[in-house]
Amino acid sequence: MATENTRGLARLMLAPSVALLLIWMIVPLAMTLWFSFQNYNLLNPANVSWTGLFNYKYFYTDPAFFQSIWNTLLIVGGVLVITVVGGIAIALLLDQPMWGQGIVRIMIISPFFVMPPVAALVWKNMIMHPGYGVLADINRALGFQPVDWFAQYPLFSIIIIVAWQWLPFATLILLTALQSLDGEQKEAAEMDGAGFVSRFVYLTLPHLARAITVVILIQTIFLLGVYAEILVTTNGGPGYASTNLAFLIYRTALLGYDVGGASAGGIIAVILANVVAIFLMRAVGKNLDR
Amino acid sequence: MARAVSTRRMAVATIAAWIVALIIFFPILYTIITSLKSEPEAIQGFNLIPSFTLESYVTVQTQRDYFKPFMNSVVLSVGSTLLALLVAVPAAWSMAFSPTNRTKDILMWMLSTKMMPAVAVLVPIYLIFRDTGLLDTRLGLTIMLTLINLPIVVWMLYTYFREIPGEILEAARMDGATLWGEIVYVLAPMAVPGIASTMLLNIILAWNEAFWTIRLTTTNAAPLTAFIASFSSPQGLFWAKLSAASTLAIAPILIMGWFSQKQLVRGLTFGAVK
Repeated sequence: MATENTRGLARLMLAPSVALLLIWMIVPLAMTLWFSFQNYNLLNPANVSWTGLFNYKYFYTDPAFFQSIWNTLLIVGGVLVITVVGGIAIALLLDQPMWGQGIVRIMIISPFFVMPPVAALVWKNMIMHPGYGVLADINRALGFQPVDWFAQYPLFSIIIIVAWQWLPFATLILLTALQSLDGEQKEAAEMDGAGFVSRFVYLTLPHLARAITVVILIQTIFLLGVYAEILVTTNGGPGYASTNLAFLIYRTALLGYDVGGASAGGIIAVILANVVAIFLMRAVGKNLDR
Repeated sequence: MARAVSTRRMAVATIAAWIVALIIFFPILYTIITSLKSEPEAIQGFNLIPSFTLESYVTVQTQRDYFKPFMNSVVLSVGSTLLALLVAVPAAWSMAFSPTNRTKDILMWMLSTKMMPAVAVLVPIYLIFRDTGLLDTRLGLTIMLTLINLPIVVWMLYTYFREIPGEILEAARMDGATLWGEIVYVLAPMAVPGIASTMLLNIILAWNEAFWTIRLTTTNAAPLTAFIASFSSPQGLFWAKLSAASTLAIAPILIMGWFSQKQLVRGLTFGAVK
């Protein structure tokens, strides 16, 4: 079926996508790499010069740098733990027979479709606000002092918001995987006298391994770049307490007009993403080859 | 094998699930309720029954011209999706029906472009856009969103197309179908559902994209993500108005999302979980 002719046609059909993505990947990245060795400030664009590794040194010695990397990892790790553990629990619950399952599913999946600025602002103003938020109302009703979430626990608050957005994704994927588990296997295990815990550990969890892997991989890609949630809530503060690497680079570039410094940060972000990707692929990738 | 489930067990599961669901859904529910309150009412304390006034919706339109960012969101998400499909359908098609030994590598490479952090190329993209006059234009942002989502679109289409059996094509050819007839009568009907779900998911992703849409626009091309983000400034802090704008911004996508639950899993896991 694959004659020379159709093969040529197939290549032609593939070419535009490959070309576009190749340009998209190479041109901006090459520019970032080039800028990262330049002394280039947008406020003084006439004065561009080669500085070698100065930008990297500058970025590296900035006390905000290590904090931002640590914050980035905390956001990724924190959200992953909450969504995977919570996702498994909710998926197990939704897998039970119940009344109104359709509506329950719709409600649980909804946060995933809420755009990040809306999610962050709703949580910031209506839920976590120390004066008018629902949590403050609850605290007062119970006789406690309201908590100023974004001032006292800025990073934790952001993790909660982002976890709320991604919990439905994890739940939905884990539930889909759970539903493909053979019912007869479960029953056989039950008849053999396996309790809930041993059924979960020896039967359900191994069956979910692949889905958990997929959840971790995909969420990590998105979680490394959390941005809008920080922008509209804490703006990275107080100080650098809730600044992740993405936000630090944005600050350097568009608020500090420092093209060189931001580019050096960008290259570091690429390296970090690759390290995380390789680490993840190694650690959990073998699950995917089945 | 059907088993009788005890009513009691079902009642427990139902109650537990509804409590969890209501907690998770609460922020959205409360936003909708608050959007129906007046401004003073909105900050009076916890109250689930609004006065059902539509004044915030009216104000959002009259004072902030809500319709403009809404139309930008529609144009950007639909435009970038159609553009991505135009490029991706032939690519996915060729990889699904005449795979070579490099097809898998190409697919993995495409996925790896998603690994590149957006912020790493913020500076060059910003400068390119500034120098070519694409900043704050619908055209520029449509191109951006197309490029960002292209790998996902190719992957999704590929997983759908791969399930169309190749023998059907051969059978049609044996029966004397022309290439055109083959496409219109045999392939199109089998490919349409996959293309439709891909389109739906991609519109959702493009609608909610909140890095480039905020950074590359100011007023003219600003979609709802940028519009809502502007409410974070102190003078924009009006609970009821914020709620009304938020409700309007998420409603269309929420409804689309509810209808695409099944495809969502498949699409976002690149066919790894079905």
